[in-house]
Formats: sequence, C-alpha cells, structure tokens
Amino acid sequence: MTWIQAIFTALASPLFYKLTILSALPLVFAGIGGVFSEITGVTNIALEGIMKLGGFVAAVFIFYTGNPWIGLLMGMIGGLVLAFLHAYVSIEWSANQIVSATALILIAQGTVGFLMKPIFGQEGQTDFLTKIPMIKIEPLKKVPFIGEIFGELSAFFYIAIGVIIFSWFLLYKTPLGLRMRAVGENPQAADTLGVNVKGIRYFGVLMSGVLAALGGMYIAIGDIGQFQELMPAGKGFIALAAMILGNWNPVGTMWAALLFGAADAMNIQLQTLMELPSETKALLNLLPFVLTIVVVGGFIGKTRAPAASGVPYEKE
Amino acid sequence: MASKSEVTNMRSKWMSFLVPALAVLVSLLIGAIIILAIGQNPIKAYGVMLKGAFGSRVAWADNITKMTSLLLTGLAVGFGFRAGVFNIGAEGQMAMGGIFAMIIGLNLGNVPPVIAIPLTILAGMLGGAFWASIAGWLKAQTGAHEVITTIMLNWIAYHLTNYLVSGPFTVGIGIPKSPEIAKSAQLPPLLTAQASTVPSGIIIAIAAAIVIYILLEKTTLGYEAKAVGFNPYAAEYGGISISKNIVLTMAISGALAGLAGALEVMCVHHRIFGAFTSDRGFDGITIALIGQNNPIGIIFSAFLISSLRAGSNSMQTVGVPDDIIVIVQGIIIFFVAADRIIKTWIIKASKLGKNKSSQTIKGGEEA
Repeated sequence: MTWIQAIFTALASPLFYKLTILSALPLVFAGIGGVFSEITGVTNIALEGIMKLGGFVAAVFIFYTGNPWIGLLMGMIGGLVLAFLHAYVSIEWSANQIVSATALILIAQGTVGFLMKPIFGQEGQTDFLTKIPMIKIEPLKKVPFIGEIFGELSAFFYIAIGVIIFSWFLLYKTPLGLRMRAVGENPQAADTLGVNVKGIRYFGVLMSGVLAALGGMYIAIGDIGQFQELMPAGKGFIALAAMILGNWNPVGTMWAALLFGAADAMNIQLQTLMELPSETKALLNLLPFVLTIVVVGGFIGKTRAPAASGVPYEKE
Repeated sequence: MASKSEVTNMRSKWMSFLVPALAVLVSLLIGAIIILAIGQNPIKAYGVMLKGAFGSRVAWADNITKMTSLLLTGLAVGFGFRAGVFNIGAEGQMAMGGIFAMIIGLNLGNVPPVIAIPLTILAGMLGGAFWASIAGWLKAQTGAHEVITTIMLNWIAYHLTNYLVSGPFTVGIGIPKSPEIAKSAQLPPLLTAQASTVPSGIIIAIAAAIVIYILLEKTTLGYEAKAVGFNPYAAEYGGISISKNIVLTMAISGALAGLAGALEVMCVHHRIFGAFTSDRGFDGITIALIGQNNPIGIIFSAFLISSLRAGSNSMQTVGVPDDIIVIVQGIIIFFVAADRIIKTWIIKASKLGKNKSSQTIKGGEEA
C-alpha cells in the first residue's frame, strides 16, 4: 500500500475518527485545565506532572481497592494537591511560575518513580488494572459508521463532554466566570471593584489540577488500563499548545485537541495499515510534536493570552 | 511575613549563596523524612550515598564523568536564564550534539586526532546550537514560548535518536546503537581508576564555564544579553535588538548543551543509543538555579548534583529507590522559585538573633 492509499483508507474508516476522539481526550481535559489557570492569570506548565501524578494515584487506589471510581476520585485529589503547591507559591509568594511548575514536574516524576517498586513491586509499569467502564449505547451502535465511532466509548468521553459544556458555561455565562477573566486581564481593576483576586486565582489553579489529573487518568485507567512511568509522554505540553491554539477558550481548546488527536490517529493508522520498518515508525512518532511546534509558532500571534497571565499580583 | 522592600533589598552576594544553600539543606531534610516514611533509615541511606559519591577512586571517576555533562547543561540553562530565556531543551540539544558528533566522528578515521577532536567537538556544538536556534528563531519571529517549543524539540530529538540508531546508523544486535566513532575522534582519559576513567572532558567543561563567565561579565555581547534578560523593553529602547539577541542567546546556550552531548560521545560511550542523554539536560535546570545562574557557582552546583546522582545509585542497595534524588531536586527548585519564603526565614531568624542578644545584654545590666 502506498502512502496516499493508506492515508485515504484511514480517512474512510470510522476507526480513524474514533482514535482521533480518544487521542484528543487527555488534551481536552488538560488543555481546559490550562485555560482555567491561565484565564485567572497564573500560568501552569506543570500539567505534564499533574497528569502523571493523577494517573499514578488512580492506579494505586485501584490496585488496593479494585474500584476504578475510588481511583478516579483519589487521582483528582492528587492533582489538586500538586496544583495547590503551585497556587500557594505563585499567589502568596510571587514565585516564578515557570520555575515552580518545573519543580512540580520533577516532584511528580520523582514521587512516581520512588513509589513504583514499593507499591507495585515492579518498575516501569503496573499490571493491568480495572478500567473505568465503557458505555455502550445499543441503538446507536446499529447506525452504520457513526455507530462504530460513538457506539461504545469510555465513560471519560462523556465526562469530557460535561467538562467542555460546564467550563464554557461557567467562564462565559456566570458572574464567577466574568470575575475570573477580569482577574486574568487586569487584577488591579478587579481588586478595586471588590473581587477577591487571590481566591479566584486559587480556584483557577486548583481546577487546572483536577482537570489535568483527569487527562492523565484517561491515559492510564481509561484507555489501556495500566499505568506506565513514561506517561503522559509530553501530552501535558501538547495540551498547552492546544490551549494556545484554542485561544484560551474551552471550546476552541477542544477543536485544537481534536486536530492534535487526528495527527496521533493518523500516525497509529499508518503504522497498522502499512508494513513499516521500525525505524520509519520511530520517525512517524515525531509527527505530533512537529505539528505542535508549527501550530505554536504559526498561531501564537493570532491568538491572545490573558494580559496578566504569569504576572504575580501584589497589593500596593 | 517580611515586607516587600525588606525582601527585595537583600540582594547581597551573601543572600545569593545562602538561599540556594538553605534550599538544598531543607530539601535533603524533607528527603530524609520521605525515606523514614517508607521505613528506611535516612542516615544510613545518606551515608551510603556519600560513600557512593566519594568512597573510592571508581566512585570519584563516576562522579567526575557525570559532572562533565552536568556542568555544561547547567551552563546552558544558566546562560539562557541570564539572557531572559528559559531553555528547558538542553536535553534535546545535548542529544543533537551527540548525534552531530557521532556522524562526524565516524568519518574521521584517516584524520589525526589534532584535527579530528576539535572538528568533532565543533560538530557537537553546532548541532546543539542549531537545535536551540529553532526555538530562538520562533520566539523572535512569532513569540512562541520557548518552554513549549524546546520541550517539543526534546521529544523530536529523542525520536530522531531512536530512528538513527535503529535505521541508518544501526550496528550489531541487542539494544539499537550506533557504531563507535573513529579512535582519532575519541578523547583520551585524563586518569584511569581501575575499570573507570576520569574523562579529559572535565577540563573542557570547566574552561567553558570560565569562557561563559568572561563572556557575561567582560564583553559587549554578554552585557547586551543580560540587558535583554533584565528588562527587554529598556534594552530595546537603548538600541539592542531583542530578536537578534534571543536567537544568539539560544544558539550559545544550545552550543553548550551540544558540547555536553559531544563530550559524552567522545569520552564515555564513543557512540549513541536511545536516551543516551539520561536526563542530564533536565538536571541542568536544577544546577543553574542552585548556582544562581553564575558560571562559577554552576561549577559547584554541578559537582553537588553529580555527587547526588553518583551516590543515589548506591542507595538502592539499602532499599531506597534512587528517584529520591529527583524528588529532592524538585523540592530544591520549588524553594528557589519561591525564594521569598527562604528569605523571610532568614530575616526572621536574624531578627530573632538580634532580639535575643539585646535581651541578654539587658539581663546582664540588671544583674
């Protein structure tokens, strides 16, 4: 099969679209998490670390309890704790947010590596764990093409839909959302009008922790049902790119995530459709990262970050 | 909490030593608590770590070998920080340096070492500089944040290495690896300790630190880079081109990381394989921050981190996973980011000290 044939075969199959959605899911969660944090004026490049820790904590609790929902809850709390550390030093101590987030990525990586062996008895990866269940919609399953995409998807898909609608509504249709955006654009003005700048920023960063953890958990206990130390393998940074391309808007972030998801899905499809030698496969794995650079380089001037993003706010 | 002015006024040289030193101490203390929490003895663990770092000639050789590349990645990140860019991509630039050095080094069999060695080093530096310049150029042209672009370039370099060692440059069986570079392009060891060797690369690395120190402190180029890092708007108003400086800064920073990769190939492995950079690029961030981005400070912080890394392997023998060092590094960076916390402690402690001494004087008068 030639490259052109393989690409068209992929585009014509429902599996490609299903894989696109599934590859986009972690980016949707983490990217919208990034939106929550940055829109209130705190950059959070620690998404990568939060995703890792979230997935790990969930795996630990599923390992001990066998209940994936307890894992999900505890993973979210894990993300919350890590995000709190970032929020605390960023908001209370005017810390350099990029450096602080880098620290958290290392802390997450170290903690996971440190605990793998004592808890699971092995390094690198866990055994297979109980996954968050799939949701089957029987009548939908019978519809040709569409049914093969949407007929049976992980519960995470429906959680993601909920997150997209909830965050869009919260940010653009509620007083709290207005305050969040005001704090991210001009904290002085918001403060003068009686908005609790610190409180709002805590809320934004903590939300980013919960959402990024969900993204990390999808990769581990939604998709393959196993935690690997390498996870999420750069997805936390691609999520930041999705946030930028999506113009710091949850719905825009979703579209950007789908674009990155499509690149991923095409990569997977080409590797299965064509009998490629391993070195070509290694080369194809570059694709999503190259796309991210092109997107970040090509679009950043056209979208606009919240004006106060990354700038500590101190009362005079 | 100390007032803002009090904190910002304490910019003395003393402070720039005390803050990272305290950050390291507190982090090691937290590390000890974590070791206790998994039911191991932290004193024993740290003791074994010290022995693993300094306990024998082999330990020293391993330590100095690690220090060579760590010093260079630390310089790479630190130089970037001074000029206002956060080059988190030293890992990928080091990989590219190794790749370029390997490709050139393979083809220098008939060239005498006097020419082959400098050529291979130069190739590595160019590889790193080229890789970093992509991020610098994108930042200058479009404002793309270098943190995201350099991370992506890290991943691309990682997959590219895997591609090269499993495809065009593969040799032998077992783990995918490249062939050995020509003998004439290999750097002879400085000293030999049993099976281990102290690489002569350490001399090149220390020389690089001195060059960067002079560059930053004594040249126009360094002055401009620092000016852009300190206040880009004022620098531009003063006639310094920001975009030219960003690309140049990234290129120099990348060249240092590339040099680390080249020396790793020329002194240690004589070839490349997947992930041969083993996180040295990321360790460079910790090293730069502990060394307060000062090239001379970075020499000492690189030695600190190489000792922790060299020693942490032995901690495994007493049941403490070596990832404890990654956690400790994370906590160090966290405290350096939030340096005001530590500065506040210091101010409080010095005030407490003063009050106490004045009280004792009073007490003495009463008696």
